[in-house]
Amino acid sequence: MEVFNILWITAKAFVVIIVLLSLSNLAILAERKVSGWIQGRVGPNRTALPVIGAIPILGTGLTRLGLFQPLADGLKLLLKEDPVPDHVNKFYYFLAPVAAFIPAVTAISVLPFGETVRNGVPQPIVLADLDIGILFIFAVASLGVYGVILAGWASNSKYPFLGGIRSSAQMISYELALGLSILPVFMWSNAPGSGAGLNLFAVVQGQEHIWNVFWMPVSALLFLVAIFAETNRLPFDMAESESELVSGFSTEYGSFKFGLFFLAEYAHIVVGSGVFTVLFLGGWRLPFIASYFSGGMTGAALSVMVFCAKTFLVVFLFMWVRWTLPRFRYDQIMKLGWTVMLPLSLLNIIGYAILLAIWDGM
Amino acid sequence: MATHQISVGDVRSRTSEIEQDLGPEKMSLNMGPSHPSTHGVLRLKLELDGEVVTKCDPDLGYLHHGDEKIAENMTYNQFIAYTERLVYLARLANNVAFALAVENLAHLEVPPRCRAIRVIISELARISAHLLGLGVYAMDTGALSVFMYTFTEREKLYTLFEKLTGARLTTSYTRIGGLARDLPEGWLGEVNRFIANLIPLVDEVDALLSRNRIFVDRTRDVGVISAEDALAYGLTGPNLRASGVPMDLRKDRPYCGYQNYDFDIPVGGTGDSYDRYRVRMEEIRQSAGIVRQVIEKMPDGPYYAEEAKRIFPPPKERVMTRMEELIQNFMITTQGPQIPPGEVYFEAENPKGALGFFIHSKGGGVPYRLKIRGPSFCNLSILPKICVGAMLSDVVVILVSLDFVMGECDR
Amino acid sequence: MEDPILSQLTASYPYLTPRPSSDHPSVNCPVENLLELAGALKDRESFDMLSDITCIDWFTSSPRFSAVYHFYSSTGHRYLRVVVALKDDEHPRAPSLTGLWPAADWHEREAYDMFGVAFENHPDLRRILMWEGYAWHPLRKEFPLAGHETDLPDEEIRRETGTRVIPAPMDGGPFAASQQSGIMSRREPRGADESWNEDKEKPQ
Repeated sequence: MEVFNILWITAKAFVVIIVLLSLSNLAILAERKVSGWIQGRVGPNRTALPVIGAIPILGTGLTRLGLFQPLADGLKLLLKEDPVPDHVNKFYYFLAPVAAFIPAVTAISVLPFGETVRNGVPQPIVLADLDIGILFIFAVASLGVYGVILAGWASNSKYPFLGGIRSSAQMISYELALGLSILPVFMWSNAPGSGAGLNLFAVVQGQEHIWNVFWMPVSALLFLVAIFAETNRLPFDMAESESELVSGFSTEYGSFKFGLFFLAEYAHIVVGSGVFTVLFLGGWRLPFIASYFSGGMTGAALSVMVFCAKTFLVVFLFMWVRWTLPRFRYDQIMKLGWTVMLPLSLLNIIGYAILLAIWDGM
Repeated sequence: MATHQISVGDVRSRTSEIEQDLGPEKMSLNMGPSHPSTHGVLRLKLELDGEVVTKCDPDLGYLHHGDEKIAENMTYNQFIAYTERLVYLARLANNVAFALAVENLAHLEVPPRCRAIRVIISELARISAHLLGLGVYAMDTGALSVFMYTFTEREKLYTLFEKLTGARLTTSYTRIGGLARDLPEGWLGEVNRFIANLIPLVDEVDALLSRNRIFVDRTRDVGVISAEDALAYGLTGPNLRASGVPMDLRKDRPYCGYQNYDFDIPVGGTGDSYDRYRVRMEEIRQSAGIVRQVIEKMPDGPYYAEEAKRIFPPPKERVMTRMEELIQNFMITTQGPQIPPGEVYFEAENPKGALGFFIHSKGGGVPYRLKIRGPSFCNLSILPKICVGAMLSDVVVILVSLDFVMGECDR
Repeated sequence: MEDPILSQLTASYPYLTPRPSSDHPSVNCPVENLLELAGALKDRESFDMLSDITCIDWFTSSPRFSAVYHFYSSTGHRYLRVVVALKDDEHPRAPSLTGLWPAADWHEREAYDMFGVAFENHPDLRRILMWEGYAWHPLRKEFPLAGHETDLPDEEIRRETGTRVIPAPMDGGPFAASQQSGIMSRREPRGADESWNEDKEKPQ
C-alpha cells in the first residue's frame, strides 16, 4: 500500500511537471504571439510538422497558430552545439542552469489548482496540501536567484557578473515587499477560530464571496509588482537587460543550458501567476456562482480549467507589460523597492490590522 | 603581455590594456565594438566604480574604410555612391550634401524643380533617420514595441525610396548638377499619403514614451550638455539644439531654397537626453510640414542644370541620336564632371548634424583632397566628458540619445 | 570680389594674407601666429565653433603640409577658413587648439593619424582611426590606394591563429587597385580579375 502510494504521488508529480513544462513552452509561444500582436506583426506561423502539418484544415490551422514552434525551439536548443568557454568555472557553470530550473518547477507542488468534493468535504487538487503552502513557495522560489548569481559568477566574465550582482540585490529588496504584501490576505483568512494557517486552499475557500483583489487592492498591486521583480521581467529585468549587459547572466551560456534558464523564467511566470490567482483572484472560483464544481469529475475538471484561464490572463498581463514599458535603471529599482514598496506594504499591514480589529469588535 | 597564457576567447585579453593601472576598487569594462547598444562598432573602454562610470575612453576606427583616400582616386560622380555609406540611415541627404558642395565649387545653380526635389528627399531622409533614432532610443531603454512601430513606418518610406531611385538602401539619386531622373508618376501623392499616416504614428510614440514615468526617469538629467559645452565640442544638429542653441543651417545659411518654406527649429532647455529625444520627435513633425509645403509648391521645369554641359550628361535619348551629346556623355563618364580649381567647404544640415565636405580641387574630374566632417564624429567627442559620473545604464541612454552612426564617424 | 570680413581681418591682423576661395572668406596664417589668431577669433570675432580641422598634402612642393581650419560663427552664421603652411616636410608640427576648443581634440588626433602632423601641447595625441603602432599615415599622397601589408597588431591573436599579417585592403582582396597606371579608369578600385580560361590559370 505504501509503495503504491509513493508510486501514485510520483506519477501525479510527473504529470504536473510535464503539464507545467508544456505550459511554460506555450508561454514562450504566447510571448512571441503576444509581442507580435502588440507590435503589429503575426509572430511565428510557419513551422510545421511533416505529417500533422499536412492535414488540410487542422494542420494548417495549427501551423498558423505557431503551435509547432515551441517544439522546434526546444529541439534546436537541445541539438545545437553546446559551447563552454574555457575561462569559466566548470562545476558552477553547469550547476547554475539546474539551480535556476529546479526551484521554478518545485514551487508548483503546493499550489492548488482545482477543487473536488470527496465524501461531501471539498478537497484541493494539489500535489501536496501543505499547511505552510505559501511559505514553501516563497522559500523554494527565492532559491531561483542562486541560479542567476551562480551563472553570473561562474561565467567569469564581466557582463554576466554585473547581471548576477544586480539580480541578487534586486531579489533581496523585493523579497521583503513580496512577503509583507500578502500578510493581510492571511490575516483575513485566519479570522479567529478558522485555523486556516498558511494553507493556500483555505485562502481560496475564504474568497467565496469576494475576491481578495477587490477587498485588498493595495496588497494585490504590491504583490504583482513584486512578482514582476522576482521573475526578472521587464520593467525589472536587471539580470538580463540586454541593451546594456548584452544578455546579462546568461551571456556565456548557449544551447540547452540557456534553454533551461529560458524555461525556468517562464515556469516562474506561470507559477507566479498561479499564486497570484490563488491569493487574489479567487483561485478556481467564479463570481456569483458559489459551487458549480460540486459535481464530481466534471466539476473538478471545470475548476482546473477556470484556474488555468485566470492564470493565463495574469500571464498575458506579464507579457503586455513587458512589451509596453521601458526598463528601470538599477538604482531606481532599488529606490522603488526600499523607499516605496517596503513602507507601503508595512502601512498596508497596519491599515488592515486596524480594519480587522474594528471588524472583529463590531 | 606575452608572459601569461591567455586564449583568444578570454575577455581579459581584450581589456588587459586598460586594466593595468586600475586600483583594486575599480573595474574595467570593455563595451563594444560588438555590443547591442553601441549601434555599430564603437568601442568604449569604461572604468567602473560599482556601476558608476569614472572614466570613458572611446575607441574608434573599427569601420574605417578610407573614404577620403578613395575620393582622391575617383571622379565626383563615382564618389556619390560612397557618400551614402556615411550616414547609412539618411543616404539621400548625404548625396544632396555632397552634390551641393561640388556645385558650390563649380558655381553651378540647379533649377528650382531640382532644388525642390532635393528638399523633399532630404527631409524624407531626416524622417527616416529620426524614426530609426527614436525606435532605437526606445529599444535601448527597454520599450521594444516602439522600435517595431517606427521600423514599420520606415519600411514604407523605403518603399517610396525604391519607387524613386530603384533601390531601398543604396539610393544614389543625386548627381552633380541635378538628379538621376525626374520624379515618377504619382510619387508625390504617395508621399502625401505617407506623411498623413506618419503624424498619427508619431503621436502614438509620443503617447507611449513622452510622459511615461519610467522613460522620463531614465532620460531626465542624464548626459546633460550645457550650451557652452555643446558649442565648444562642435556638436551640431539635434544634439546642439537640445542644449538650447537654435542653430540650424537650413535657417542660418539656407540652401536648396529652404528659405521659401515655413518651419520651426525645435530647441531644448537643459540639454539632457530627454530633450534630445523631444527635439527629434518635433523635428519629424517639422520635416513632415516642409515636405507638405514643397509638394504644394512643386515647380515644373528641368530637373538638372541644362547649361552645365561639362558636368551633367544629357538625357539618354539625345545621347543615342546626336553626335555632340554622345561625346559630351562619353567625356563626363570617363573623365568625370569638369570642376574648376578652387577650395570649398560646405555643411548641410543632416539628420545627425552638420555634414561637411571640404574639397580642394586642382581642376578636372577628381578632387585633390576631400575631407568629410562627420557630425557623429564631433558629437561623440563629448562622450568622455558626459559619461563620467553616469551609471552603466545611463551610458546606453547617452549613446543612443547622441544618435550617432559609425559609418560617418570612422569614414 | 573682396569680402568685408576678409578686409577687416587682414587689417586687424597684418600677418594674414587673403587666400583664393570658391566660397567662404579664407586666409593664410603663419604657423607662429595660429594660436594668437584662434584666440582672437574666438574672443573678439565671435567665431565660437571650430567646425573642422584637416590637412592637405601637397606632396611635391615644400612646405609639403598645410593644416586647414574651418571656424563657424553661430551668431553671425558665417564660416572662416584659415590655412596654415606647416614647417617640417617629414615631421610637420602645428600648435594644438585643444585649449581653446575641446572639439579640436579628436580632429587633431585624426590629422595626426592620417597625415602624421604632430600637434604640440595636445593632451592625448594618439591615433584615432588606425590602431596604435600602425606604421603609415594613410592620407599622405605616397600611401598607395591599395594599402600596405601590415603586421597583425595583437600578439596573442597572431600566436593563436597563426596569421602574421593583415593583407593590404585592396590588394588581392575582392577589390583591387593599382597606383601605377596614370589612367583613371584603371586606377580606381575595381573587382579583382578572377576569371580563368584555357590560357590563364584559375586563381587560388
